[in-house]
Amino acid sequence: MLEIKNLVVNYGVITALQEISLSVPAGAIVTLIGANGAGKTTTLRAVSGLLKARTGEVIYEGRKITNLPPHELVKLGIAHVPEGRMVFANLTVLENLRMGAYLMKDRAAVNRELSYVFDVFPRLKEREKQIAGTLSGGEQQMLAIGRALMSKPKFLMLDEPSLGIAPLLVQKIFEKIVEINRDHKITVLLVEQNANLALDVSSYGYVLETGRIILADTSASLRANPQVKSAYLGGS
Amino acid sequence: MDWLQQLINGLAQGSIYALIALGYTMVYGVLRFINFAHSDVLMLGAFAAFFLAPVVGTILPPQSYLGAFIIVIVSAAICAAIGILIERLAYRPLRNRPKLTVLITAIGVSLLIEFTCQHNAVFGARTRPFPRLIPEHNFHLGNIVIANHDVLVPIVTAALLALLWLVVQRTKIGMAMRAVAFNPQAAALMGVNINRVISFTFGLGSALAAIAGILYAMRAPGIEPLMGIQPGLRAFIAAVLGGIGNLPGAALGGLLLGLLETFAGGIPGISNYRDGIAFAILIFILLFRPAGLLGEVKTEKV
Repeated sequence: MLEIKNLVVNYGVITALQEISLSVPAGAIVTLIGANGAGKTTTLRAVSGLLKARTGEVIYEGRKITNLPPHELVKLGIAHVPEGRMVFANLTVLENLRMGAYLMKDRAAVNRELSYVFDVFPRLKEREKQIAGTLSGGEQQMLAIGRALMSKPKFLMLDEPSLGIAPLLVQKIFEKIVEINRDHKITVLLVEQNANLALDVSSYGYVLETGRIILADTSASLRANPQVKSAYLGGS
Repeated sequence: MDWLQQLINGLAQGSIYALIALGYTMVYGVLRFINFAHSDVLMLGAFAAFFLAPVVGTILPPQSYLGAFIIVIVSAAICAAIGILIERLAYRPLRNRPKLTVLITAIGVSLLIEFTCQHNAVFGARTRPFPRLIPEHNFHLGNIVIANHDVLVPIVTAALLALLWLVVQRTKIGMAMRAVAFNPQAAALMGVNINRVISFTFGLGSALAAIAGILYAMRAPGIEPLMGIQPGLRAFIAAVLGGIGNLPGAALGGLLLGLLETFAGGIPGISNYRDGIAFAILIFILLFRPAGLLGEVKTEKV
């Protein structure tokens, strides 16, 4: 579904991504793990057009989408839940969700998506009228994912959904990610620092280190890989 | 009864400041810089009406409310286009540059418009009398006299404020404006074309400035290319007073500044110090509320 070929991204003179290539097959959950600053977020931002790629290609459903502006990608069915959630703290929960369906013209379709999101995250329904800035971190993450689902995406990119969230909620959010993928055939590219969780829910994984992909394998094999174990799974 | 006269004058003056301040604050909201050319758009609005009035006068009876309405709408549309064009040509190419660069450019655009318009081939520097757009009528309340246009100004302003509130709070483009103001990148990820929202914001703010310019001209002795500087500066201060980026704040700041000025000017013996008194009070308020009356102190949440 998504193919990245030899992607290079620079921040000024610093090279953030050095010719990375990866592919996400339709229907799968693929994860990208690595330490802070490895280039995980940069990869997602380059795919969704928030950053310009210097060279290389991003191909989505057979079509070259490299360096298209973000709002064009939404039309193609790509949704990106950015790092730090970036919910509109000045808008209500409902308005945030409606922003997610910004390009949908059909009111009935918007309401359908809305009831689906409320099904997945009943908490959001309870807080519908609340200003998003007053939600807890976990609730904001649910809102960010719910908002992305509102666009009825085919391909969902999630950037560190576990960041800054109570462990109990993290578990729940990851269950939801699996559910979204399974029940709605939404392909997921998951970026995580919590490699344990990420490898649990994904079928395939890439390990990113200082802008290069150093390992690519099925998630099960990566879990068993001694190098991954010692560096990302907390030793033992 | 003198205070009633002052109150109406102050409300009229303050309403004009409020309308202009909204444009400053809206642009600041989405782009985080002060569009100094905004005060010149208001001047262009007054001139647009000046040139349109005789044209409309050939079709409709002069000084009719319908004619005035048409003049105002067309002038607002012209200025909306000018505002959009200014952003497109001068500010958009600098979108990812430091804000100071854009700010200096805005001052440059402002000077360019002012001195181009002062050229004899354009408007010329002289002050011209502004035509009467609506029939002259005075209301007598006891011993005070209130001109109909002084009553009209706050009414028009209130209607425009209500309209703007509806646009911002109840429409999709208004929601997108608020989203872009909070986080442009996140808004882009929702499918919002940020450039379109920014153009819309400039258009809306410039249309309001044009209307404010016409209302200002109706109460002023005449119009000339530098006429926007004084009300523009005051409106900018009003926007800061209300809390820059905050729409109700801009309206409140404008009204407050207009009332302060008018009442300070009405105190016998010290009326020459009216600006001094008004601004001393402003400084005093800002000392205690640095973010403005309705502005929030932004704390970054990680």
